[in-house]
Amino acid sequence: MTTTQTPVLAARGLVKTFGRVVGLDGVDVDVYAGEVLAVIGDNGAGKSTLIKCLTGALIPDAGTITCDGREVTFRRPQDARAAGIETVYQTLAVAPALDVASNLYLGREERRPGPLGSVFRMLDKQGMRRRAEEAVRDLGISTIQNITQPVESLSGGQRQAVAVARAAAFGSRIVVLDEPTAALGVKESNQVLALIERLRENGLGVLLISHNMPHVWQVADRIHVQRLGRSAGVITPQSHTMAEGVAIMTGAAAA
Amino acid sequence: MLGLTIEPGSAAAELERRRHSPAQRVQHLLHTHPALSPAIILLLTCIAFTLLNDRFAAPAALSLLIQQTAIVAALAIGQTLIILTAGIDLSVGAIAVGSSMLAAMLAAEQGVPAPLALVVGVAAGLVAGSLNGLLVTRVGLPPFIVTLGTLSVFTAVVLIYTGGQSVPGADLPDVLTWTGTTFPLGDFRLTYGVVIVALMYLVVGWALSQTAWGRHVYAVGDDSDAARLAGIRVSRVLFSVYAVAGLIYGLAAWVLIGRAGAASPNAIADANLESITAVVIGGTSLFGGRGGILGTLLGALIVQSFAVGLSLAGVDDQYRLLAVGILVIAAVSVDQWIRRVRA
Repeated sequence: MTTTQTPVLAARGLVKTFGRVVGLDGVDVDVYAGEVLAVIGDNGAGKSTLIKCLTGALIPDAGTITCDGREVTFRRPQDARAAGIETVYQTLAVAPALDVASNLYLGREERRPGPLGSVFRMLDKQGMRRRAEEAVRDLGISTIQNITQPVESLSGGQRQAVAVARAAAFGSRIVVLDEPTAALGVKESNQVLALIERLRENGLGVLLISHNMPHVWQVADRIHVQRLGRSAGVITPQSHTMAEGVAIMTGAAAA
Repeated sequence: MLGLTIEPGSAAAELERRRHSPAQRVQHLLHTHPALSPAIILLLTCIAFTLLNDRFAAPAALSLLIQQTAIVAALAIGQTLIILTAGIDLSVGAIAVGSSMLAAMLAAEQGVPAPLALVVGVAAGLVAGSLNGLLVTRVGLPPFIVTLGTLSVFTAVVLIYTGGQSVPGADLPDVLTWTGTTFPLGDFRLTYGVVIVALMYLVVGWALSQTAWGRHVYAVGDDSDAARLAGIRVSRVLFSVYAVAGLIYGLAAWVLIGRAGAASPNAIADANLESITAVVIGGTSLFGGRGGILGTLLGALIVQSFAVGLSLAGVDDQYRLLAVGILVIAAVSVDQWIRRVRA
């Protein structure tokens, strides 16, 4: 990683307030291709607000966002998606009663070619199923055996895998993961961490929001520390220990 | 490396084993095929009533059953769409009656050409449904409250407009009563109204299963936050559902005029509850996101077959009410059971 490289996603001076509550107070972020940037911070530090602004779920009051150096405005999650930014929300944003393939394509269903698709708006179910299978296989998620089973029949880790697969299959620039291991056991967490490393190997930028310091120190290239709505500094797992990182996070030390 | 291979003796293996227990298998089957339980109930109902009185299975009785089911079955299509989005529509009957009265009054008393009167009547259903949709999506009121309010509003408007008077069949043009015309189909006698309702089922069933819109309807009812985060425009989908439901009620109004042979502001007083009953017995979840219109059609047929079968068996009509009530509670219990934690 060199600083001369253009960040694939960058934000400058992001401000977001909710009534009189300040969520973000002038935050800068840079995410480069092929790196894992972790965002850590205490509750209420503005982590979620930050990623929501970066993914179009919230519109910042002030500040600019650039993609590959070009300024962009995200008014809806679709805008961020169109720019190649995919998000795995903490709530996973999967429809439990729909099957795995339908969930992978939820909100961007593909239609059949020809008049069946253009006039009758018919879904290309088989095509989507086939490509969903490929996406799941390419990521090495063998835990999902049947692409036609409803998501609610899956375990927490498998659901997480579906959400990550969706993001990885469509994200061309950035995959944002909000607390991806929070609800998972040790084994399932390791699977998700391995998946994150695979996304980085594929050249995507990964933005990882996590409370779990060992996980952050395990996979992150750089760590953005968020404190009281501001950036308290960017550190690396090499430059700082976990304890030092937590100290910055809580304000006991400066970066 | 990422593979979750199932180790013997692990919890995963235990769950895998448990999934194959008979109860789990039934649960899974009902879950993947929501129309299965109403289909079984309908089959058992028909067998039972045929054993009680073999005239039940005769074409004459079955033709009557189908004709009598048509209106509730039509209204229940719109109700299903709305319940799939985790909403409810209490204004079903009021909208259908309003549409039928508007078309009938325009044609019979204002001298409007019959086809135009019909189009205006059906369009009124669309407008009324859209109003529900606007109140749900723009004002953000719960569907129960919105449609409870519009139930009274629409009913009052219809009564004020008509002065509570019916339009007798003799004053109605043929176009409006055409839906009541019968034609033979083998040994059966069906009406054109039945054909219209059947077409509505085909079109809506196709839209639900084959288009992105259909999938979004399910996703919105399943988890609207997840749907929004997945990029679905939830308000737009919800609004379209209420508007389409209104259009369906408008078309059902046409079938209603044909069936009744007249237009009365006091027709189908029980339509709200009957349509919801059909949907619920049909296996569609009141919590949204689960079910379909095939089940609804079966549900409507079950309710009506109780009416026909019990009267053929010489049983008092109150027992139909009793049986339908028990079925509704049973159907919701089955739905809860299916929804319970799996895997």
